[in-house]
Amino acid sequence: MSAILPPPDRVWWKQPIDRVEGTWIAIALVWCLIMFFMMPYWHVFGKQNLANEAFKTTPEAYTRKAQEVVDKYTVRTETAQNIPVVHPPAGSDVYLVARLWSWWPILELEAGKSYRIHLMSMDWLHGFSLQPENINIEVHPGYDHVLTVTPTAPGTYSVICNEYCGINHHTMASKIYVK
Amino acid sequence: MAVNRMFRTCPTTGLKFHQPAEALMKWNAVAAVVSLLVGGILALGVTLTRWQAVHLLAPDWFYLFLTAHGLNMLVFWIIFFEIAVLYFAGSTLLGCRLATPKMAWAGFWLMVAGALLNNYAVIFRQDSSVMFTSYAPMGAHPTFYLGLILFAVGALIGCFVFLGTLAVGKAEKTYNGSIPLVTFGALTACIIAIFTIASGAIILIPTFLWSLGLIEHIDSLMYRTVFWAFGHSSQQINVSAHVAIWYAIAAIAFGAKPMSERVSRAAFLLYIFFLQLASAHHLLVDPGLTSNWKIFNTSYAMYLAVLASMVHGLTVPGAIEVAQREKGFNKGLFEWLRKAPWGNPVFSGMFISLMGFGFLGGISGVMMGTEQLNLIIHNTLYVPGHFHATVVVGTTLAFMSLTYFLIPVLFRRQMMFPLLAKWQPYLFGLGMSGFALFMMGAGTLGMPRRHWDVSFAGNLFPHEFPGTAWLMIALMGISGLVAIVGGIIYLLITVGSVFLGKKIETPDFKYVKAREGMAPAPQPVAATLTAHHGNIGMAGFVAPGTFVLAIVFLTSFVLYYFVNWKYLSTVWPLS
Ligand code: HEM
Ligand SMILES: [Cu+2]
Ligand SMILES: [Cu+2]
Repeated sequence: MSAILPPPDRVWWKQPIDRVEGTWIAIALVWCLIMFFMMPYWHVFGKQNLANEAFKTTPEAYTRKAQEVVDKYTVRTETAQNIPVVHPPAGSDVYLVARLWSWWPILELEAGKSYRIHLMSMDWLHGFSLQPENINIEVHPGYDHVLTVTPTAPGTYSVICNEYCGINHHTMASKIYVK
Repeated sequence: MAVNRMFRTCPTTGLKFHQPAEALMKWNAVAAVVSLLVGGILALGVTLTRWQAVHLLAPDWFYLFLTAHGLNMLVFWIIFFEIAVLYFAGSTLLGCRLATPKMAWAGFWLMVAGALLNNYAVIFRQDSSVMFTSYAPMGAHPTFYLGLILFAVGALIGCFVFLGTLAVGKAEKTYNGSIPLVTFGALTACIIAIFTIASGAIILIPTFLWSLGLIEHIDSLMYRTVFWAFGHSSQQINVSAHVAIWYAIAAIAFGAKPMSERVSRAAFLLYIFFLQLASAHHLLVDPGLTSNWKIFNTSYAMYLAVLASMVHGLTVPGAIEVAQREKGFNKGLFEWLRKAPWGNPVFSGMFISLMGFGFLGGISGVMMGTEQLNLIIHNTLYVPGHFHATVVVGTTLAFMSLTYFLIPVLFRRQMMFPLLAKWQPYLFGLGMSGFALFMMGAGTLGMPRRHWDVSFAGNLFPHEFPGTAWLMIALMGISGLVAIVGGIIYLLITVGSVFLGKKIETPDFKYVKAREGMAPAPQPVAATLTAHHGNIGMAGFVAPGTFVLAIVFLTSFVLYYFVNWKYLSTVWPLS
């Protein structure tokens, strides 16, 4: 019963390493290194990376910018609440406002074009979850987070909230249209 | 002050129990099991709600149950049990009296008070359904935070009592040479716990003051960063504790020796050195942090801890294999495993814990801790799938197996329902593995965690998940129920045996007063610096079967890892 007794060998640190162990440690270390290199590798050669562009700002300043975009590029409204559908030009800055418990406005994008989408919360944490793509990003209050995204295929996508944000968390859903 | 030096010796194992330590271990274990009972009832409600075909609870109750389930399980069950393990590894394994039992009791009652207060806030006040993460600026009632703070202070006292006990053991020479490997593992857990609780204090105390209105603002990013320094490293406490228990069970059930003390201890040290920064992998898709920071903290820091787990994952079964081969089960690759005592829940639970932790919890954890891959699973059901594999199949099942050993040895009762006990690890372990796997499946298909209604009924913009995702959560519900049955059996056996089981009477049982240390005078041991195992194994490998298992593990790991990169490469380009 040795693991629960003091090592019988007083100088246990001089015991030679077992062959099985030595081999496995070497293999495991190589694998850990490969996994480490995959991340920088993907930054250079992969297409799905966060640029980590973010600014500290206030809900007022952020809403103002979002409102400007809505004023300029709204193409129609949807539902009884007249939620604006915004069709911004490619390459422009688009602001998505997350608040308890809605996303505002609805975006309409074009496949193959890139957009600078900003995400920020007005209150608590929210989770931007784009389905069925399954891209998931944490949305903080006070941090304007910029993502440059390029939709690939036309269709109707959903944005659901996947950071628990209180009693109506499960109702916080919206759409992104890709033409 | 008179020091209690009364010990009893367990007739079957020869372990020496210090009277106050024994009482403390029992009470901590009982508090743990009560928390597990509460958490288990809540698990039933949560599972039957997430299984959308049943959809049992209303939303407010679902979120309340989920908050209380997370806390009672992850915090109270696990940490009460860990304190019992610390006292066992310190006092019992070293044959040493527990330092300051009074302080230990104070710690215990603080923990009890904290757990009650926190549950009062969540369950009775019903205004603190903020999940165990309680991300600011979502706020809970002050008693929620205060409960956690009291609990943490109590646990901290437990850690210092353990360290004090090691010092007493050394000073009173109750053992010779170095502390046993299991105690070393417990020491690792204890050191990490002290770091962890310090981070916990840094985040919970300001949040508590904020909930009282004494602090104006808590930054959400700061909160998440510090919270996970606490929340993640506390998972490393669990890993260290359950790995120590794996070694202990290998020793108890097989008389297995560590393959080499040096390797196993070095692997524990890696946990201490490299896990502190791993809170980063909770923040991979948060704004305001750079990729360099994320990569540094997840890989440099975490992969060395991953390496450590991969080493333990080999050395624990390896030690068992060597012990079995030395007993004569030396044929082929796997005779040692086939002839293992699969009907003994102490062993079967431990082995399922090891396999589930490695294959399900380990692989999924490393995958989602990769900077870019996190994008495709963050906050989906994949995440609870992963940690039910680590902290339930891994930690909880390991604790359960140890309980079967402790019922006769610590509580001196015969185990009730031995036939049920035989099946319990399979029901719980395999049910939970299925549960975790199906959750991961649903998460891969985008289903969110902590979500009351994935059908979005009545929503203006409903999202429709694919049929497979629905199938996954149905299977998840069913396997969750199997695991719950396993959990009920565990509770039945432990509570039944401890309170109603037949007392084990030992003739002329007594506590003996030990004046000074009890270890025999050190014997000069001949140095065994050459190859030590006789003629076992094959091709120069003493544990070839384990090595093959390890290679199977690595292959699944590599395949699964790259499958996910492939999947990532198909989603919208993002920069
Ligand atoms: C039979 C046993 C169990 C079952 C069926 C079960 C089931 C569940 C379910 C369905 C969820 C909800 C997932 C979601 O909606 O996000 C959950 C969450 C959770 N469970 Fe368990 N669980 C069990 C045991 C445990 C144990 C033993 C632990 C810890 C040691 C644990 C820790 C947690 C935690 C930390 C959460 C997350 C709570 C949160 O998101 O805030 N569970 N469990
Ligand atoms: Cu939300
Ligand atoms: Cu939400």
